[in-house]
Amino acid sequence: MAGPRHISVSEASRPVLPRHAKLKYDETRKVWVILAPERVLAPDEIAVEVLQLCNGERNIGEVADQLAAKYAAPREAILADVIAMLQDLADKGFLTEIREKTS
Amino acid sequence: MSDVTIPPSDSLAVLEKQRSTAETFGIPLAVLLEITHRCPLQCPYCSNPVELDRSGKELTTDEWKKVLSELAEIGVLQVHFSGGEPTARKDLVELVKHASDAGLYTNLITSAVLLTREKLSDLADAGLCHVQISFQGIEEGLADRVAGYKGGHRKKLDVAKWTRELDLPLTVNAVMHRQNLHQLPEVIQMALDLDADRLEVANVQYYGWALKNRAALMPTVAQLEECTAIVEEARERLKGRLTIDYVVPDYYALRPKKCMGGWGRQFFNISPAGKVLPCHAAESITGLDFESVRSNHSIAWIWQNSEAFNRYRGTGWMKEPCRTCEFREIDFGGCRCQAFALTGDAANTDPACALSPLHETIFKQAEAEAEGETSRFVYRNFAGGTLESENGT
Repeated sequence: MAGPRHISVSEASRPVLPRHAKLKYDETRKVWVILAPERVLAPDEIAVEVLQLCNGERNIGEVADQLAAKYAAPREAILADVIAMLQDLADKGFLTEIREKTS
Repeated sequence: MSDVTIPPSDSLAVLEKQRSTAETFGIPLAVLLEITHRCPLQCPYCSNPVELDRSGKELTTDEWKKVLSELAEIGVLQVHFSGGEPTARKDLVELVKHASDAGLYTNLITSAVLLTREKLSDLADAGLCHVQISFQGIEEGLADRVAGYKGGHRKKLDVAKWTRELDLPLTVNAVMHRQNLHQLPEVIQMALDLDADRLEVANVQYYGWALKNRAALMPTVAQLEECTAIVEEARERLKGRLTIDYVVPDYYALRPKKCMGGWGRQFFNISPAGKVLPCHAAESITGLDFESVRSNHSIAWIWQNSEAFNRYRGTGWMKEPCRTCEFREIDFGGCRCQAFALTGDAANTDPACALSPLHETIFKQAEAEAEGETSRFVYRNFAGGTLESENGT
């Protein structure tokens, strides 16, 4: 089973898209989409990049580290943006969290 | 991030320009597949046409597979398997598998009463992404009476539980009307108890079967106001836990609904016999000829070029008061099927609109029916309907 429905995104969380939300490149329209029940979300480029980094292994802090290095931008600002974006997705019910790591 | 309900906003729905002489409309993101009209339930507000397709007319497994591949190829992203009752088709698992393999996101819109846990598990394994179960009430007395099917409510509760056990997202679809609106607070609680992600509070829309049953179903104005208040309070309270979509009956509105996002703009469905339709009630409009997937035209061609899709596209077909109305591109004159059913001409303004000359009459009629004594249903069936007996069976 996936984790609890309503998650609170923080630097330590390791969120992933749940199985019913599918990130997909739409070849016809040349845009990225998230397919969800009765919904199609249109994530922007940054959101797509963040979601691709959210593989259930990395936590949000590590995602922010990577993006800060890649774009030579202040980490704190990036972290805040990433958390806000993911929390919005979580509030809509399209984000889940890996609770215990199996390693 | 933009959040698009199906039917989606034009910005996403409109594709690259195509070589059509008609106005150019992109392929919809989602398509409703009514794979059969067979259904064990007999709900008096069924959205299927009064003239149902018999099983002998249904597309074969291979024909549906071809349709699914073609839909994926032209850019459709989601398909809703609906009916009738889609699980009445023995090939449903095979069709879901085929759709998933083609890259389509698959929804099952079901009454649930024919499902077993094993069948649901097979559907999940075939790639099913989402289950939507209709409910007729919160307890079996009323719910089974509305559905005309004994034991149905209890079965639905079981299937909803299995859905979540299999880690599939669940939408509870509650169709509301005068005889069950008093249960709305408990419907919302039921959706929470079933661990649903979404709840659709869908007031009956009055075409086809529901129009036959309007006197038994139409809510009062007071009921509807209370319903809206309850939904608004629950949405606020349950933010992040339960998404609530809300459909109001348009008889009591001043502005008509932008039905289907506008005729032929964002939506089409395919009937059991393979007709490609601008909405699931479109066949109720006589004098329109709908093309079939069995014709030698492609689905994309039918969408772009067929006469039925182009007849009420855009605003060129409009008469007064729509033609010069400032809202004409906001609501596209409301619902064509409702205009046809209530005025005899689909090109008339939908009487749900306060600007329609018929609005006042129809509003008063609905109000009178809502206060009236009629509560017996005409049950939906292939025989054209059966009146409920006096003692409610």
